[in-house]
Amino acid sequence: MHYLVLLGILIVIVGFALKLDSILIIVVASVATALLGGLGIGGLLETLGTSFVANRSMAIFILIMLVTGTLERNGLKNAAAHLIGKVKNASSGKVIGAYGIMRGIFAAFNVSFGGVAGFVRPIIMPMAIGAIEAEGHEPNEEHVEELKGMASGMENIAWFFCQVLFVGGAGGLLVQSTLAPLGYDVSLLDLAKAEIPVAIFAVAVGIIYYYLKDKKLRKKYYGDEK
Amino acid sequence: MSFFTSSDFTTGQKLLEVIYIVIGLITLYTGIKNARDKENPSRFGTALFWCTLGVVLAFGRWIPPKAVGVLVLIMTIPAIFKKVKIGKVDAPSEKSMKAMFDKVGMKVFLPALSIGVFAILFAIFLPAIGAIVGIGAGIIVSIILLIAFDRDNTPKVFLNDSERLMSAVGPLSMLPMLLASLGAIFTAAGVGDVIASLVGKVIPQGNVNVGIIVFAIGMMLFTIIMGNGFAAITVMTVGIGAPFVLNYGADPVVIGMIALTCGYCGTLCTPMAANFNIVPVAMLDMKDKWGVIKNQIVPALFLIVFQIIYMIICK
Repeated sequence: MHYLVLLGILIVIVGFALKLDSILIIVVASVATALLGGLGIGGLLETLGTSFVANRSMAIFILIMLVTGTLERNGLKNAAAHLIGKVKNASSGKVIGAYGIMRGIFAAFNVSFGGVAGFVRPIIMPMAIGAIEAEGHEPNEEHVEELKGMASGMENIAWFFCQVLFVGGAGGLLVQSTLAPLGYDVSLLDLAKAEIPVAIFAVAVGIIYYYLKDKKLRKKYYGDEK
Repeated sequence: MSFFTSSDFTTGQKLLEVIYIVIGLITLYTGIKNARDKENPSRFGTALFWCTLGVVLAFGRWIPPKAVGVLVLIMTIPAIFKKVKIGKVDAPSEKSMKAMFDKVGMKVFLPALSIGVFAILFAIFLPAIGAIVGIGAGIIVSIILLIAFDRDNTPKVFLNDSERLMSAVGPLSMLPMLLASLGAIFTAAGVGDVIASLVGKVIPQGNVNVGIIVFAIGMMLFTIIMGNGFAAITVMTVGIGAPFVLNYGADPVVIGMIALTCGYCGTLCTPMAANFNIVPVAMLDMKDKWGVIKNQIVPALFLIVFQIIYMIICK
């Protein structure tokens, strides 16, 4: 048995764990595996070339970039801020929940509003803090700390588990391209459909968890029961 | 050109090829623009990266595979030596974006959503043409709408904005494609068989449910270690997923896709996924470095359990 051929896997795991250059890791792992697995340089180039061309669908994000920047230029982020601003009289926990739903729905269409830097910091956090003030309380420092963590968490959860619903997203394309050489041909639409229950569950868990946590914190710091 | 007139290929394949040519041209534009940009500190390296990529994307079908392999390796060289840099950035100002919002308003959601809508429409109603071509159609609609909203959205604006985003993401955008090729090399070299024989000494081969649990938890664990779910899915699908689960007739759609999102449960819990869990700490001036991760662990645990059960039921 050719145990040496596993060196490539070790290179990937150790390389990423040591935070080495990602592309370097993959190139070294590719060369090592090809040589130790008996493919030779010729086999390496042949497999690399064939697979790269076969997986060009994964480059569709480049075509999407043709409009993403211009959408931003035309006020997409401002429109999103306006949309979430329609959420009125919500507690800080509900603001985060509403953001989760909005982020999730738009993620399914591969639309992002700038993440933590672009949206959570300038729009969501002020809304959440404003919600505390609107209830007549001085925002407690530790409560706001937790809200920052919860907002980032909601941001990540909604994006990770809803962006896989986009037919043509990077995750689905990678799974499709990984399964193909193994002999399994799957469609992007089916892959996205399979994730629907997971996406709904993920956003629901996030909303409920953060709502309950926020409620507990508000009671602790402000004696609030609502 | 005989490809396009040949009857050996479907319309879907031909349209797809057109899309790849367009993608390649956008990429070549990025390379050439940076080559001519005096503010780019590394003009040659940056141009070499984007232009080799552009050639492979646009003309890959007509270049012999080994030559493509050489081009891909050449492409990685400037990236590895950190010679791919950004030049002049022409980002829209807050003021101009607000002014555009005042002019266009909520209508801007239409071109934003059209991409996804057309992808789904084509996937459902034109499966022979496919979702990727659908995205192309959605992009065309999106561009037409944006031009209709404001005459200032000229083709040059679209191209320059795409260059801005591509340069911002840089060579790391190629990580998924390179990982997929690595997976193909693993498979060709027989890595899956070796791992199967090793792991098979500990886990009974043939018990698909155990295989699913190992696959799912393994994905979460490896993603925690590596910080990258895409790298984990490549390694784990070839080494565990295929030999221990898919080989016994489990549904590759469910197992293949949910395994990736099981990896995402790991992404939520690891400081190695710095972009998602550590950068926000700085962005939001948080005091606790672990503040984001701490708020994600409970949802992550719920999700891994849910997904394991889901896979076992729906395999």
